[in-house]
Amino acid sequence: MSFLELKNLNARVGPLPILRDVSLQVAPGEVRALVGESGAGKSMIGKAILGTLPDAIRITGGEILLEGEDLQAMSPKDRRRMIGAKVALIPQDPLTALNPARRVGPQICNRLVDILGWRRREAEARVIELLHEVHIPAPERVMRAYPHELSGGMRQRILIASAFAAEPQLIIADEPTTALDVTVQKQILRLIRDMQARHGTALLFVTHDLGVVSKLCQSMTVLFGGKVLEDTSVDQFFSAPDHAYSAALLAATPKYTDPGGSLMPVPEATIHAVEAEIAAHDLAHQTETVRQ
Amino acid sequence: MSEMLFEIRDLRLSFADLAHKPLFGAAPRIEVLKGLNFDIPRGDVIGIVGGSGSGKSTLGRAMVRLLDVDSGQIRFDGTDISQMDEATLRPLRRRIQMIFQDPMSSLNPRHRVATLIAEPLRLHGFDQVAERVDFALSQVGLPLAFRNRYPHELSGGQRQRVGIARAIATEPEFILADEVVSGLDVSSQAQVLNLLEKLVSDMGLTLGFISHDLSVVRRLCKTTLVLHQGKIVEQASTQALFDAPQAQYTRDLLDAIPLPEVTPGWLD
Amino acid sequence: MADGRAAAKRRINPRLWLSGGWLLILAVAALAAPLLAPQDPLAQDLFASRLPPMWQGGSEPGFPLGTDSLGRDVLSRVLYGARIALLVALVAGTCTCALGAVLGLIAGYYRGWADVVISRLIEIWMAFPPVLFAILLIAVMGTGLTSIIVAIVVIDWTRFARVIRAEAMTQGAMDYVASAKVAGRGRFGIMIREILPNVLPTIVVLLTLEMGIAVIVEAILSFVNLSISTDDPTWGSMIAEGRAAIHHSWWVLVVPLITLFLTVLSFSQLGEGLKDHFDPVLR
Repeated sequence: MSFLELKNLNARVGPLPILRDVSLQVAPGEVRALVGESGAGKSMIGKAILGTLPDAIRITGGEILLEGEDLQAMSPKDRRRMIGAKVALIPQDPLTALNPARRVGPQICNRLVDILGWRRREAEARVIELLHEVHIPAPERVMRAYPHELSGGMRQRILIASAFAAEPQLIIADEPTTALDVTVQKQILRLIRDMQARHGTALLFVTHDLGVVSKLCQSMTVLFGGKVLEDTSVDQFFSAPDHAYSAALLAATPKYTDPGGSLMPVPEATIHAVEAEIAAHDLAHQTETVRQ
Repeated sequence: MSEMLFEIRDLRLSFADLAHKPLFGAAPRIEVLKGLNFDIPRGDVIGIVGGSGSGKSTLGRAMVRLLDVDSGQIRFDGTDISQMDEATLRPLRRRIQMIFQDPMSSLNPRHRVATLIAEPLRLHGFDQVAERVDFALSQVGLPLAFRNRYPHELSGGQRQRVGIARAIATEPEFILADEVVSGLDVSSQAQVLNLLEKLVSDMGLTLGFISHDLSVVRRLCKTTLVLHQGKIVEQASTQALFDAPQAQYTRDLLDAIPLPEVTPGWLD
Repeated sequence: MADGRAAAKRRINPRLWLSGGWLLILAVAALAAPLLAPQDPLAQDLFASRLPPMWQGGSEPGFPLGTDSLGRDVLSRVLYGARIALLVALVAGTCTCALGAVLGLIAGYYRGWADVVISRLIEIWMAFPPVLFAILLIAVMGTGLTSIIVAIVVIDWTRFARVIRAEAMTQGAMDYVASAKVAGRGRFGIMIREILPNVLPTIVVLLTLEMGIAVIVEAILSFVNLSISTDDPTWGSMIAEGRAAIHHSWWVLVVPLITLFLTVLSFSQLGEGLKDHFDPVLR
């Protein structure tokens, strides 16, 4: 059974649909990428699961099932507790994710203490253990530091440690390496992969970077305009993508090993075809709603 | 006319470290550029690559004289512009233009597209400004109807084209492009790269292309300069640099790029 | 997002129209006060003292909002009071704004020694207690309209200078300023063409806020009898007189008070409304 399942999830800003019948599954221990360009709705899916959607965005239909239980049917308090215990987030920007006015240690311990009811001493011991695990030298000193005193890579390591601290079963990583240099990115990707494998955590990796997907993930969901275009294995996608848009996206991504290969922007025709597909879907959806 | 468009000699630049300023007296300095030497021949497309904190953007801004340097020379077409005052520099500005990373913040939100592209033309006393604005728009592949739009009414890729149109309007000899595609989706990124390539060959431009993305540099540039912590680590023709990188740092950089293809064991 | 913007564009900005409407009515009424006022605002008539407003029993035609204890017509006095209030708002507000904004722009964009001098001046200035400062100034210059305006300008320019300086610094660090420099624009040109249009919304908000403040300051100074001669009808002096008569003739206090309240509120709302209206991103 899958750990996380989205069934026909729909969301809107005002009248404008931003998620269109999104269905996807994440099995325990699976590493799945959620891929798309800006505006594809990939970050919104992560936020919908965590319950942190902006106020303007309304879920208009569908289910979010965690271990078979519908999150939206729960009381806000139960939902928070369930998410807090079983799901964690690695955010995009490690600087804004930490409060600049407070020391690092208490910030990452607090989640364990407040949401999961651990004792402070237990929480601190656990966090220090995890900081060792993410290769931070002198964790005791780092816990007393303020965020600005640490480098970007170091902050991201701390947030990774924090995400794994409560042994969640699913981690949602929202573009966690976009703000980092490539050399640091590789270290962080390796770290996420190692931690994921060791703890057996499922990972939903939100990104626009196909390179990162090919190195880290097993399966992937390609989104455009809030609609799932392709749900496939990574091996399949990079050898023979199914959808024309996926193929175009791959062709538009530059590779330094292939300088002669002309860089093909995603052709207008492909975009129009996908947009037509979405319009047809919206129309069918409307007709269905009317019939009901 | 000198054969080298830019000659950079022992260029040094430092910033005041205000976080560690004592109560009285001057703040300590942080050295960002530590004595750089290189040339850019006319017609070159030079990639300037490095990680954050390498000094690549600082170098770019020093070359177009947005920043003052501590010492060293920046010879543009044989003339040292490193210590020139703003008034003397102004006529040269027509020949040295820049495209910025974030077109949202580099295009004044209160001006329309036509005004933005016309600004450098007016300042340098061009005639037939309206025709030249239209020509620049057509060169970057934007419809003329965009003349009356505000920057926020455009998509990211379109905005970046306006930035490019503004830079090419005065027919400069050198354009510095600072991370111009890093904020764009891959589809618009490919379009903008293809556009830059076309403009370089059509206009006989010399282009300085600052980027952290080696795949993009490989695609566009003839020569590549690798910066690390304010020093030049390696400079070579792009092909030589990618085929046989000499410096350890360049090798590490190449090794860390995740190519969009499945390579088992890449992370190990 | 685009739809939200379009919706904001279609929606008529009620705060702008309500506040603008009130101020427009007030301005017209003030200009036309000699035509509109039913009575001479200074004419006393002890036989017609403490007449209630027209919707209450015992009122008399010709005194629609009643009379005060000296038999002066309240409506006429409020109308003539509006002339002084709006004059002070306009002149004091504009002068304060001009002085503060220019110094703030120079300090914030040019930085360097200009910034050091202006910033120190602001800090020293703000260390004086403003009320004392005003009373002192008026004591030296004597009461009168000019003194009030000068007092407001001298005290309040720092409010503009501080905010505009900070705003100009923020805008000065934006890449569009670097882009204008690369395009070949000089420093003064950048300040006028690039920085000023982006600082303008803040200036407009502060200016209207300052106009409201000027109305209040004028009322307060009239209230404590430090404004212009006691004969001239001002809202402040009316409120002061009305306070004594609150138990038997409430309208003498309430009418100028409500007018004052609506006017000050309208000024601040007008600023917010104008800011949104002229923002190309929101428009």
